[in-house]
Amino acid sequence: MPVLTAVARTPEGFLENVGDWDKELALELAVESGIPTLTDRHWLVVDYMRTTFLAKGDGPTIRTLGKESGVAIKELYLLFPKGPAKLAAKIAGIPKPHGCI
Amino acid sequence: MTTPLSHGAPAAVADTPITKVSIIVSKGSLEGIYPALILANGARMEGIEANVFFTFFGMDAINKARHDHIKVATVGNPGLHLATWLGGFPGMSSLVTAQMSKSMEKLDIPPIPEFIEMIADSGAKLYACKASVEMFDLDRKDFIDQVDSIITVGDFYQMAGGGQIIFT
Repeated sequence: MPVLTAVARTPEGFLENVGDWDKELALELAVESGIPTLTDRHWLVVDYMRTTFLAKGDGPTIRTLGKESGVAIKELYLLFPKGPAKLAAKIAGIPKPHGCI
Repeated sequence: MTTPLSHGAPAAVADTPITKVSIIVSKGSLEGIYPALILANGARMEGIEANVFFTFFGMDAINKARHDHIKVATVGNPGLHLATWLGGFPGMSSLVTAQMSKSMEKLDIPPIPEFIEMIADSGAKLYACKASVEMFDLDRKDFIDQVDSIITVGDFYQMAGGGQIIFT
């Protein structure tokens, strides 16, 4: 029984409760988002998203993500082709980013 | 941090999601260029394929010599709520541009050259309009490296096929 089915999620698949997240869950969320495995580069972004959210109450913009996560914009889109900020947020177990940038 | 009133998912997800957009940038003022860049960047952030086609004065956004000097139009811009005679004062356009750039920086909206680079890095394709390039007597070397090519309106329609076209 996958753990993902046991947690509350938004209609778009984001976790309702940040506290429900763990690394196993992240892997399941990644697979569901079309990313079969999480490499160290993926984890760098996912950890940065989660740390930023826990510190500031909102995920970073794509600009900040590209500048400060250690992964530049070009690679972000290779790692998360369907939208880095959105997918990395989902995999990091934090809410969908609110900004337009 | 401000909390938006509502930022939830749309009530219903459309049956046919948008998978590709081709955005035309025809104006050369700051307020004429930013909406297109925000739309293009936002499309890529949603995993939507994006093309950006720069035409007429919109080409200033990809012109090496000009893209770092784009200004807000302070004359003939009723949205600014500034008397026309005041808007025409020397330096007014620079002043309003500086103020607006400051507010945008607070929202982490990049300056135009950086924004264009970000959009190109995100995988969006940038094009210049052939008719405008000829009209203004420009060529490839006048444009930033991120520009994919100079294309005709016919090429534009072909490349826009199967997606949505947005004119700004």
